[in-house]
Amino acid sequence: MQKRRERVDRGIKVRSGDVFALCSWREMLYLAGPRVLPVVAILMLPLVLGIYWQKVLLSVAVFALLAISWDLLAQTGMISLGQALFFGMGAYVTGILNHYWGLPPLLTIPVAAVFGGLICTALLLPVLRLRGIYFSMVTLILPLMLVRLVEATRIFGGTEGLTGMTSLPSRWLEIYLIVGAMLAALFGFRRLLGTDYGLVLKGIRDNDRSVINAGINIYWYKTQALWIASTIGAFAGAFMTHVYMFVGMPVFALDYSILPIAAAVVGGPGSLAGATLGAFILVPLSEVLRGVGGLRIVLYGVFLVVFIVALPEGIFHFIQRKYHQFERWVEVDT
Amino acid sequence: MKSTAILRVTGLFKNFGGVQAISDLYFDLAEGELLGLIGPNGSGKTTAVNLITGFVKPSTGAVVFKGFDITGLPAYRIVRLGIARTFQMVKPFYQLPAYKNMIIPLYSPRVKKLVGGKYGDRDAVALDLLEEVGFERDAKVAYKVAAALPQGYLKRLELAKAIALQPDLLILDELFSGLSLAEVAGILPIIEKLRREGKTIIMIEHRLKELFRIADRVIVLNYGQKIADGRAADVMESAAVKSAYLGTE
Repeated sequence: MQKRRERVDRGIKVRSGDVFALCSWREMLYLAGPRVLPVVAILMLPLVLGIYWQKVLLSVAVFALLAISWDLLAQTGMISLGQALFFGMGAYVTGILNHYWGLPPLLTIPVAAVFGGLICTALLLPVLRLRGIYFSMVTLILPLMLVRLVEATRIFGGTEGLTGMTSLPSRWLEIYLIVGAMLAALFGFRRLLGTDYGLVLKGIRDNDRSVINAGINIYWYKTQALWIASTIGAFAGAFMTHVYMFVGMPVFALDYSILPIAAAVVGGPGSLAGATLGAFILVPLSEVLRGVGGLRIVLYGVFLVVFIVALPEGIFHFIQRKYHQFERWVEVDT
Repeated sequence: MKSTAILRVTGLFKNFGGVQAISDLYFDLAEGELLGLIGPNGSGKTTAVNLITGFVKPSTGAVVFKGFDITGLPAYRIVRLGIARTFQMVKPFYQLPAYKNMIIPLYSPRVKKLVGGKYGDRDAVALDLLEEVGFERDAKVAYKVAAALPQGYLKRLELAKAIALQPDLLILDELFSGLSLAEVAGILPIIEKLRREGKTIIMIEHRLKELFRIADRVIVLNYGQKIADGRAADVMESAAVKSAYLGTE
């Protein structure tokens, strides 16, 4: 007699599955807990953290936005290796508007998000028909090309970049703006993916010919997803420009492309929440490891490998499964 | 030749490199007709369907649907004009429950245009459509993910997705392939019902017995060329068809 592990939904999950959940505090807590508690905790964090860790939280939120943007694209079947393109484009657009025209950050950030997103979408439009690794390669190359373009032509400050950007009016506005944007993107786009529109996006990833066969122009939908994702990334880049009060070639650095992917993989792709959770683990981890000096990247790499091997589904999906289901061993006839 | 041709194919050629997949294909299809498209493996049946539905562009020739020249139009635009097809190799969204697979065709601009604005609860419409093609509502099979469904249900799902588009011309590419006799017997009445409702249908089939029971007319392809066109009984008497299927001594 052999045994196998069986997963069964918890009673409370079944009881919370319909409108009758509203009759019981326990069921309502079960539903609201995983949503409300993290939101409250994240909103409280800036109040209890010192200035250094507040800056780390800024970084976490920025990478979480980039990871959400990556995950959204991945859900539509576009694997991007170049989130730095979105980040850098937003950073340069806001930098130019602020440096040359003196426009205030609260205007340049949204404008840079929208127009930066549009420029990135226009740049990637010709390769939207490419699939798999071919699309990924182009996304990887574009930010690298733009770095060389800035360097060679010395436009927008060349290698020295543009300095003296206006900072945001207050530290609190800074932190709550980015944290608020992260939460809005997380819950907003999670909701979007759950709609029929989101189903079409996921359908393109699963089987694009089948979506075409429904009379749907997949390139139009891919364009929309690309614009949404690049706008999120451009927002993050524009925001950081006003935090650093500088924009230059480092905004197209590979870090902005690779770390969001690592965050989404460690956290668990496909849910956007996993990507966010991944950023909340990897960015502070990177800071903590600063203490070990030269071995930092080695330990960081080991951590990544261990996580991916031990929990290939991602931390978020693991926690979600444990929350909703229990496991038991059952005997099976061979 | 009937004057009420819903589909007119003329002088269609397609070559892939040195291979002539379709050579001078021509036929008219009358509204409400059920046309069987048969031929040995590799004779160009699926290529012909791909050319009509826009998934492959023809080298030369013309496809006219309801009076519009649709030659070379993108596939999604041809679907919007009213041609829906199934695929020989089923193409479900494996990660989604069967009824959620139906949401994407129900989200189609064609359906929106026909129904007018919002459809309302697409889930409910999806479940109704699935029931029509044999997803028993009591068995909850419509709620299973497509990856867990047997081939018979996947074929029914493929058919339901095409029907959801309310097409004027339905093309079924080897719907019966890989199915047991019992499964075919379960799907056949659905096609007969569509036929009674006046739907124009093209069926590519290898299951000739079942096809001949319902087809008005049969076209036989061999090496990309039409070698016979007519009533099933007459076509199978043709020497060219016998030679294509059985070979020559």
